[in-house]
Amino acid sequence: MDEAQRLVDLIPRLRRYARALTGERAAADDLVQDTLERAWTKLHLYRRGTDLRAWLFTVMHNVHVNKLRATRPTDPLDDAMPELAQRAPQADALLLRDLDRAIARLPADQRAVLLLVSLEDMSYEEVARTLGIPIGTVMSRLSRAREKLRVLMLGQPPAAKLKVVK
Amino acid sequence: MSEPLELSEAELQAFVDGRLDPLRRAAVEAWLLARPEEAERLAAYRRLSAEVRSAYQSMLDEPVPERLTRFSGRRAPLWRYAAAAAWLALGVAIGAVATLELKAARPGAASLAADSAVMARRAAIAHATYSPEVRHPVEVGAADESHLVAWLSKRLGIQVKVPKLADAGMALVGGRLLPGETGPVAQFMYQTPNGRRLTLYVRQENAHNTETAFRYVREHNVGVFYWIDRNCGYAIASSDLSRDELLKVADLVYKQLDQ
Repeated sequence: MDEAQRLVDLIPRLRRYARALTGERAAADDLVQDTLERAWTKLHLYRRGTDLRAWLFTVMHNVHVNKLRATRPTDPLDDAMPELAQRAPQADALLLRDLDRAIARLPADQRAVLLLVSLEDMSYEEVARTLGIPIGTVMSRLSRAREKLRVLMLGQPPAAKLKVVK
Repeated sequence: MSEPLELSEAELQAFVDGRLDPLRRAAVEAWLLARPEEAERLAAYRRLSAEVRSAYQSMLDEPVPERLTRFSGRRAPLWRYAAAAAWLALGVAIGAVATLELKAARPGAASLAADSAVMARRAAIAHATYSPEVRHPVEVGAADESHLVAWLSKRLGIQVKVPKLADAGMALVGGRLLPGETGPVAQFMYQTPNGRRLTLYVRQENAHNTETAFRYVREHNVGVFYWIDRNCGYAIASSDLSRDELLKVADLVYKQLDQ
């Protein structure tokens, strides 16, 4: 069953996408686990010769959307929330944290498009197929997601709340 | 300033992603020369794309947690459930053949062999049924081992021992009670740190003081070592372990239970 092996090989990529999509590790692996459970039971519906990655990411998208529907939309990364005690973060950890926050603030549908393009390097056509939306919608969501992310990252206060120096 | 070029936002996005053909890309670059703000905006998008990629890159190199691989490949539950179903069908067929052969064969050794083969088959079916379970692999977990032993000993009517398989790199997950041919049967499940599982099937033997050699049978994807020792029948089943690994465990179990 070589789809099974290919599916296993795609798990790290699912985890990466889920991690960026959910903003945290445990939630990401829950999402991946639910996705894999669903994928294994639906593998017979996958048509051989078509793009397994797109199929798998579609499964994950659907699972994620259902999860979002099941839980009330929240903004867990509200600025008012106190920071958890952390070890002194490295520069890349800071970047990760800032990106996590900014990505979390994107509308879910824009976030998915941005991550499939940036992380998975999917073609716009693949993104359209994966998310089941027209390509024009992919392009407009990508454009809006990027602009919002840019503004958010510009407005991101420096990690250590440095004084503003004129 | 005249607009010699019709550029859509979509095309600018494709430019950011490096997905324009060279001609079109050159046109965009020329267009951007006169528009520093636009150039800066698109450069920022490009930087952010690279940052997103690098920020999450490490996820690709991380080992995948066991709970995620447990579903996959060798451990595909559906596949196993299908195997279990195929098993039941095959079991009925073999059972019918075995019965016919038994009638023809002389009683004694042959019937014992056939009987233990039935045990091996049931152990394989039980393994195929329960080892893919993620949430409920066992009824009583290893944390309650003393309770597990007391309970199963009582139900089987023999003093059940739970072998330690740490030497084979396997830890007890727990156990459950199963219906057997002639009475209750115990199944213990063990697994390695990366989720490879084996099950030990234990039943009471009616024929006392019998002993058989180790026998190995491979049915579908489940390998089984089985033997009868005094008043107990044992079968060790796994679809994850090789025959040699299984033999090593069987040997370990035999030595501990023989004491």
